[in-house]
Amino acid sequence: MAAPAKGTSRTAQNDVASIKKKGPGALATAYLVIYNVVMTAGWLVIAVGLVRAYLSKGSYHGLYYSIERPLKFFQTGALLEILHCAVGIVPSSVVLTGFQVMSRVFLTWAVTHSVREVQSEDSVLLFVVAWTVTEIIRYSFYTFSLLNHLPYLIKWARYTLFIVLYPMGVTGELLTIYAALPYVQKTGLYSVTLPNKYNFSFDYYTFLILVMVSYIPLFPQLYFHMMRQRKKVLASGEEHQKSN
Amino acid sequence: MSRVTFFEVEILDPKTKGQLCFLDKVEPHATIGEIKCLFHKAYPQWYPSRQALKLDPKGKALKDDEILQNLPVGTTATLYFKDLGPQVGWTMVFLSEYAGPLFIYLLFYFRLPYIYRHKHAFTSSPYPAVTLACVCHSIHYIKRLVETIFVHRFSHGTMPLRNIVRNCLYYWGFAAWLAYYINHPLYTPPYYGNKQVNYALAMFVICQAGNFSINLTLNNLRSDGSKARKIPYPTKNPFTWLFFFVSCPNYTYEAGAWFSFTIMTQCVPVGLFTLIGFIQMTIWAKGKHYTYIREFKEYPDLRMPIIPFLL
Repeated sequence: MAAPAKGTSRTAQNDVASIKKKGPGALATAYLVIYNVVMTAGWLVIAVGLVRAYLSKGSYHGLYYSIERPLKFFQTGALLEILHCAVGIVPSSVVLTGFQVMSRVFLTWAVTHSVREVQSEDSVLLFVVAWTVTEIIRYSFYTFSLLNHLPYLIKWARYTLFIVLYPMGVTGELLTIYAALPYVQKTGLYSVTLPNKYNFSFDYYTFLILVMVSYIPLFPQLYFHMMRQRKKVLASGEEHQKSN
Repeated sequence: MSRVTFFEVEILDPKTKGQLCFLDKVEPHATIGEIKCLFHKAYPQWYPSRQALKLDPKGKALKDDEILQNLPVGTTATLYFKDLGPQVGWTMVFLSEYAGPLFIYLLFYFRLPYIYRHKHAFTSSPYPAVTLACVCHSIHYIKRLVETIFVHRFSHGTMPLRNIVRNCLYYWGFAAWLAYYINHPLYTPPYYGNKQVNYALAMFVICQAGNFSINLTLNNLRSDGSKARKIPYPTKNPFTWLFFFVSCPNYTYEAGAWFSFTIMTQCVPVGLFTLIGFIQMTIWAKGKHYTYIREFKEYPDLRMPIIPFLL
């Protein structure tokens, strides 16, 4: 039985922790600033790509194809964040970060990339937009935090926009997985049946259903955690409005 | 004859700093364990093994054998109480963790209805490897149950309840998963046939005997009832000669047994269970190994935690 994986536009616990960073050394800080700037730029590229494609096509259908490559590149690049935690330059849990990044990567590669037929679905646009806006804010948040110059606007955006972006992203992801189901069942994608000499079987169709079901306990927990973080962070932030 | 100065002990809630309990006329030689019993009288729902008493609200829990007058407190001691949640004795823990897989595997071996297709209910597999696997799996868990009841001495008394639930889910879940494939009507016997099965079986038996010998040896280290840790050494029993090379040969043999079982059944889920178990046991072995090194200057140099010369 494989563990369920999911993707939503969330990076909950990491944030408050990164504000209280004691300073991972000058070289590591420089590297992290570069990393976060590059990621911010990358997701901006995706955002601009989406807008341009929409303007030239005149409709919002099938925009995935115009940003497919940068989406795959930058979302996969986020795997480095697991390394950052493992090495210790970011004070977050390796397990939690790993789970979050892997679920995004799962949706990008194991669902959207692998099941070609869902790429034209509107649900893909829904989660891509949610991810894009979230990641632009998140990576610029980290960049400014590392430089000790966090504009209140960015902090506010980080802890407020999720209220809409989270459910939007989750809806997009669930609809996409759901759309992929009939094709997975028909082609037996990533599935192994008995008999075989390894005495092992795996039904990707059932696995995807389990993934969808796992959203039910996981999403509310993460959503309400972000709500609580919001109260904590923005309440203390009111004392120094535009910190710069 | 000098007068005995009695201590007073107040036990506070770390969050509210409110007083939960006040004990007066406490003997200076009283242990934390005895204080816990007194606290239990005031709060019957918090039996001693569920209590953590600390000198500092954020500090570590005091051990039961700590003596009151040796603590850095005045004649009025302030202790903070933390509820550790429902506790279960180690014996209960292991009995439920091991009885589950033993029983569950048999459900699959005898192909109870609703597990496989209806036409296969109560049928048996034609392959000797499958029956052998059932015997080996069952003997492994029976041996563990026997050891839990008659051999092991546990240092801590209890474990939190949620740990038992988590552990049982893991052991029972994996047992069901691997039993499902081994006893499946579409099971494929090992590639190299009886030769593979028999060699693996021999290694399995050797590892079981080895593990049992080590458990007996470790048990005998504490036969005088002392709680102090001692260095285990090889005895006349050849199985214990692994102690020359490894700190935790019980884990080595255990990993070996499951590895043999994987070869014997040629089943990926078994391999996964072996791998995860090996990783966990390596972590435990390293912990024990470094504890030994810290405690004993004369600890043998040659020993590695779990794999001779390697790991």
